[in-house]
Amino acid sequence: MSVNESNNLPELGGILGRYAGRTREALLPLLWDIQASQGYISPEAVHAVSKTLRVPEADIYGVIGFYTLFHEQPTGETLLRICTDQACGLAGADSLLADLRDRLSSAENPCTVEHSACLGLCEHAPAVLISRRGKEDVLAAAGIDDLLGDPHPRRAVAVGYPAVLVAGVEDGEEETLARYGDYAGLRCALETMTPQNVVGEVKASGLIGRGGAAFPTGAKWEGVWANPPDLPRYVVGNADESEPGTFKDRVLLEDRPHLLLEGMALCAYAVGARQGYLYVRGEYPEALRRVQAAAQEALDAGFLGDDILGSSFSFHLEIRRGAGAYICGEETALFEAIEGKRGFPRIKPPFPTTRGLFGAPTVINNVETLCAVPGIIRHGAGWFRQWGTERSTGTKLVSVSGHVERPGVYEIVPGVTLRTVLQDYCGGVRGGLKAVLMGGASGTFLTPEEIDVRLTFEDLRAIGATFGSGAIIAYNDSVDLRVVLQRLGRFFQHESCGKCFPCQLGTQRQMEILARAHTPLSGDRRRLTDIGLTMTEASLCGLGQTAASAVLSALEKWSDLIPDMPKGGRQP
Amino acid sequence: MNETVTLIIDGEQVTVPEGTTLLEAARACGRDVPVICYHEATTSEGLCRICVVDVQGSRRLQPACVTPCQAGAQVETRSERVERTRRTLLEMLGAAVDLTHAPDLQAMSADYHADPERFPGAERREHPLHDDNPFYIRDYSQCVLCWRCVQVCGEDAQYTFALTLTGRGYDTAVSTAFDISMTESPCVFCGQCVGVCPTGALKPKIEYGLEQGWTPDMLRQNTRRRRSPKAAEEG
Repeated sequence: MSVNESNNLPELGGILGRYAGRTREALLPLLWDIQASQGYISPEAVHAVSKTLRVPEADIYGVIGFYTLFHEQPTGETLLRICTDQACGLAGADSLLADLRDRLSSAENPCTVEHSACLGLCEHAPAVLISRRGKEDVLAAAGIDDLLGDPHPRRAVAVGYPAVLVAGVEDGEEETLARYGDYAGLRCALETMTPQNVVGEVKASGLIGRGGAAFPTGAKWEGVWANPPDLPRYVVGNADESEPGTFKDRVLLEDRPHLLLEGMALCAYAVGARQGYLYVRGEYPEALRRVQAAAQEALDAGFLGDDILGSSFSFHLEIRRGAGAYICGEETALFEAIEGKRGFPRIKPPFPTTRGLFGAPTVINNVETLCAVPGIIRHGAGWFRQWGTERSTGTKLVSVSGHVERPGVYEIVPGVTLRTVLQDYCGGVRGGLKAVLMGGASGTFLTPEEIDVRLTFEDLRAIGATFGSGAIIAYNDSVDLRVVLQRLGRFFQHESCGKCFPCQLGTQRQMEILARAHTPLSGDRRRLTDIGLTMTEASLCGLGQTAASAVLSALEKWSDLIPDMPKGGRQP
Repeated sequence: MNETVTLIIDGEQVTVPEGTTLLEAARACGRDVPVICYHEATTSEGLCRICVVDVQGSRRLQPACVTPCQAGAQVETRSERVERTRRTLLEMLGAAVDLTHAPDLQAMSADYHADPERFPGAERREHPLHDDNPFYIRDYSQCVLCWRCVQVCGEDAQYTFALTLTGRGYDTAVSTAFDISMTESPCVFCGQCVGVCPTGALKPKIEYGLEQGWTPDMLRQNTRRRRSPKAAEEG
């Protein structure tokens, strides 16, 4: 069947026409366009995409099946995805989901209601992602907004102590170029610095990656810069923020898009890249819209594109929408997604600095990391080092959610204690504090006795914890930690990519054992430990290696949570 | 001439050409490192992790099939943590997949004292039998997701691309596009997928029929290409 014959797909031909001559790398954007037009991706559409991009039909089917936001079957006119992860779970998301399913998923009401992994709107929990045919998706607060009427994107809550990265966010105004001003850091670099100088300044600043792996940014840039000059190279902005409890990058994307774009342009200049990609998680439609608008503005003003600011430096940026996969926050899985494949992490080495996107040397940095760069270049490494400690320099964002009075994004100076953040910045914990999950679902639990820890990379490491993505989730004494663990178990089971056996099998077995945590079988503690250690020591990527981290830390700190020999415990 | 590297495997000094993997080196000195997904004819993706070994100084265990030998490395192929990891992996796999027709995996499980009942109440991966062509059956309840069939169908051998992985995590499965039958798919029935399958998931139809006790007539009927109904009408 040719495209023209497909009467039920009238717009398909037009969409495919725009992709003529493209290859597999255009697969995700094309699938998004088709789904926006048709509501789902049919076998006929896959057949046509296969011809246009010259990708096997089976491969396209495999890609659709990997990403949760793509549908191979029609859905209701309205699709509600309710987050049931940590903060939303505390805010009653489970009963909300059940209630909405009862009320809305009926024959006369063509509405599909699904649960979702963390949507990154934890400060307005419970969160919902609303998709309606022919309209832009909206990320909204399920408890407040008119879900079937005219919901609005929620405003960010962001407070700075001091406000450097989040400067101006509280005003709530969109960051236009008129508001942001000149790309002064970029101008300074182009006029007065060599690429090597820029790399040197970032190294001198001591900036450490803000995504979770805590790798020194300057060393990464230097690694790419040092490749043979004839090799093409790429800059990739990792905006696939999906670690449960983390929403700081959403705030930066929505409210500081020019800061991010300037950071990416500076990175490209430093490492000699002419092409970059920004991969924004699919659940952040407002962030995507704002960053796209800012990129167009920057292009028109000559801050992006050819011969930037009259120099010979050119940098082209393509903004990509993710399609629902936590794993694509892993850098090599993100490359696979941009290349139009299932988001499987690659074996490392080789590392992205030598073989990254399309096999070329690539810098991939987290949004917050890139946002720190313009200030460093404009004001110097010393300016950045005025905050923090010798090894945790600059200001740092944390996303605080759960049982605090004022959940939100807080910009902190590394060295303040967790107690200060919870009690002073966030207005305290509602009820008595029972536990803190530090660093997101792949982080570690802290007890109330541990909250005097100074929030630096080194202090956290010293107590066996990590900054991770900067997520801080507080639980009060009304919370049953077993239920918290069950949510973690479900999250990792849902988000494991399935590539390596330890994580593919371990996340399932871990979820099953946690599901019976209130009536454990004799030996379940040992089972969880064996599964956890197997995932930690043998998994292929960082996701699998940390998929048991929080569970193992909870077992250690609250030994009666799942006892070795449960009282009245059942024999298997 | 290639450079060589010298390392120590289970206390024994070994010298191998640069680029040799730990798996090759361990085998060369007579160590038995188990593998599931690894196959000489397919790209090593380091999936099953059953071949992990303990490299001194490494925080995590290293997959021997894709890790090149480093000069001076001290490697243990069966340390306590290797033993626990392999045992747990085999126990988890046994709780997920029907390994009745995988004698190698059964022997491996016995070797590592893997308890087949370790995970009571575990949800098994169960799939209906795919019997949609005269040449082979597909029983994905026996599939360990080693990827070899997908690899040989694609860029590792045949460039046919009839197969893909679909779903995610524990629910990953090998499938054709939209789960169409093999006869509707681009499959050319080269048989290479059947040849590399490490379990009974892909099996020649005749072998399957003999196991089922089919009569010679049934074998003949079920293993010849059927004419399409339309052709039969016309013919």
